[in-house]
Amino acid sequence: MDRSSNPVRAFLDRPNDDRVKVFGVAVIVAFVCAVVVSTASVMLKPLQDAHLEAERGARMEAMLDTLPGMRDLMEEVGVTALEMRMVDLQTGEFLSDIDPATYDPQAAAADPEQGVGIPADQDTARLRRRAPYAPVHLLERDGELLMIVLPVEGTGYQSVIRAMLALESDLNTIAALTILSQDETPGLGSRIEDPQWQAQWPGKQVADADGNIVIEVVRGSASGPHEIDGISGATLTAQGVAGMVTYWMGPHGYGPFLERLEREGI
Amino acid sequence: MAALFRHVTSPLIDNNPVTLQILGICSALAVTTSLATAITMSIALTVVLCLSSGIISAIRHHIPPVIRLIVQITIISSLVIVIDEFLRAYAFEISRELSIFVGLIVTNCLVLGRAEAFAMRNPVVPSVLDGLGNGLGYSLILVVVGSIRELLGAGTLLGYVILPTVENGGWFEPLSLMQLAPSAFFIIGLLIWAIRTRWTKQIEAPKFALKQRQARS
Repeated sequence: MDRSSNPVRAFLDRPNDDRVKVFGVAVIVAFVCAVVVSTASVMLKPLQDAHLEAERGARMEAMLDTLPGMRDLMEEVGVTALEMRMVDLQTGEFLSDIDPATYDPQAAAADPEQGVGIPADQDTARLRRRAPYAPVHLLERDGELLMIVLPVEGTGYQSVIRAMLALESDLNTIAALTILSQDETPGLGSRIEDPQWQAQWPGKQVADADGNIVIEVVRGSASGPHEIDGISGATLTAQGVAGMVTYWMGPHGYGPFLERLEREGI
Repeated sequence: MAALFRHVTSPLIDNNPVTLQILGICSALAVTTSLATAITMSIALTVVLCLSSGIISAIRHHIPPVIRLIVQITIISSLVIVIDEFLRAYAFEISRELSIFVGLIVTNCLVLGRAEAFAMRNPVVPSVLDGLGNGLGYSLILVVVGSIRELLGAGTLLGYVILPTVENGGWFEPLSLMQLAPSAFFIIGLLIWAIRTRWTKQIEAPKFALKQRQARS
C-alpha cells in the first residue's frame, strides 16, 4: 500500500504544527486516557466497595469495644452482635417487613417516591431529604433496652458525614459517637475521626431536664454536660456534627421513636 | 549498555531528584511519617514515572509542541488515577493513609520535569530507565527520611517495635517533632549537607545558584 493512501499513516505524517494533527492528537490522547481511566474505575469498584463496607463493619465493632463493659454485657445476654431492627421514623414503630441488612437509606432518601423532605427550620443536619425508615442496632435483655445505636448523617463543611450514635438506656446520655465516613479537609475537618475528639462524647447529655435538645460544639473549652470542644480550623465540620446529632435526636429524626421507647419499652 | 545503565544510577546520588534537583519536596514531607507509606508512595511514583516516560517517549514525534504540556499532563494524570484506583482496591489501608497524596503525584514536579526534560527528546528505553532511575532516587530519599522519622517519632520500623517507648513500658521517649512536617525539612537539609560534603562537586557556586535554578518548578 502506498504510504499516503493509508489514512493513519497520512495523519501521523502530517507536520506537528498542522491544525488537524494538533486537534487529532488531543482527541486521541483524551479518548484513550478516558477509556483507560473508566475501565479501571468500573472494574475495581466492587473490590473498593467491599473494603468500604468492611471498614464500616470494623468501625461498628471498634465502637462496641470502646464502650466500657459492653462486651461483657453482650456475653451475658448471649449475643455476639447487636440486633438490627427497622424503624419507621414518623410513627416510631418497628417494621418487620423490611430487611434492615439490605435497606439502603441513601438510595431511599434520593428516591422521589420514598424520600421525605426535611422542613428547612428543622434541618440542622443540612440534609434536605431523608429516608422514611432507618435501621437501628439495639441490645436488650428480657425486654429491657440496654443500649441503642442509631445511624446518623449530616453535612459538614464539604461532605456528608455518616456516623453511629450510641445511647445508653436512658435514651439521653451518649455512650459513643463514631464517625463511619467523611470527606472533610484532610488534617482539619477529618480530625473528627480522631479517637481523642470522639472520646469527648461519651457521658454527654443530649437534652436538658425540660427535654430541649441543647447539645452543642463550642469554641474554646467545653464545660457542662451538653458541650463538646470544637476543633480549631474546622469549626464548620464540628458544628456539622453537632447539627447532625441535634437533627436526628429531634422530632423529625428519631424523636418519635425514642419517645415511644420511653413510653412503651421495646 | 553502560551508558544505558548510567540513566538508572546517575539519579541515585549524583543527580538525585530530591537532594540535587530539589523536586518532589511536597510529597517527601507529607508521606514520610512512617516507612510503610513512604515505600508505597515510592513504588507508586516510580511506576507512574516509568510508564509516563515510556508512553510520552513513544509518541514524542507526534506530540505537537503547542499542546505538549496538556498531552503530558493528561497522560500522567490518567496513570495516577489508575494507580489510585488500584491502591484503593488492593491496598486499602495504605490508600487511606496516603489519602490525597497519591492524587498529588500529578503535581509532583518530578514527573512532569522528567517528561519535559528527558522523555520528549529521547528514545523509549533510555526514557523508561531515566524514569526508573529518578523514581529510585526519589524512593531512596523517601525511605531514608521515612525510616528516620518513624524510628525517632514512634520507635518502630514498618510497625515493628525497635525502640520500646515509655508509653509501652520501655525507655524511649518518642520525638513528636518527627511526626510533624518540618522534621522532614530538617532531615532532607541534613542529607543534602551530608551528600555535598562527600560529593563536593554537587556544591553550587552561590553566585549563580539562583539563576541556574530559576527555570525549575
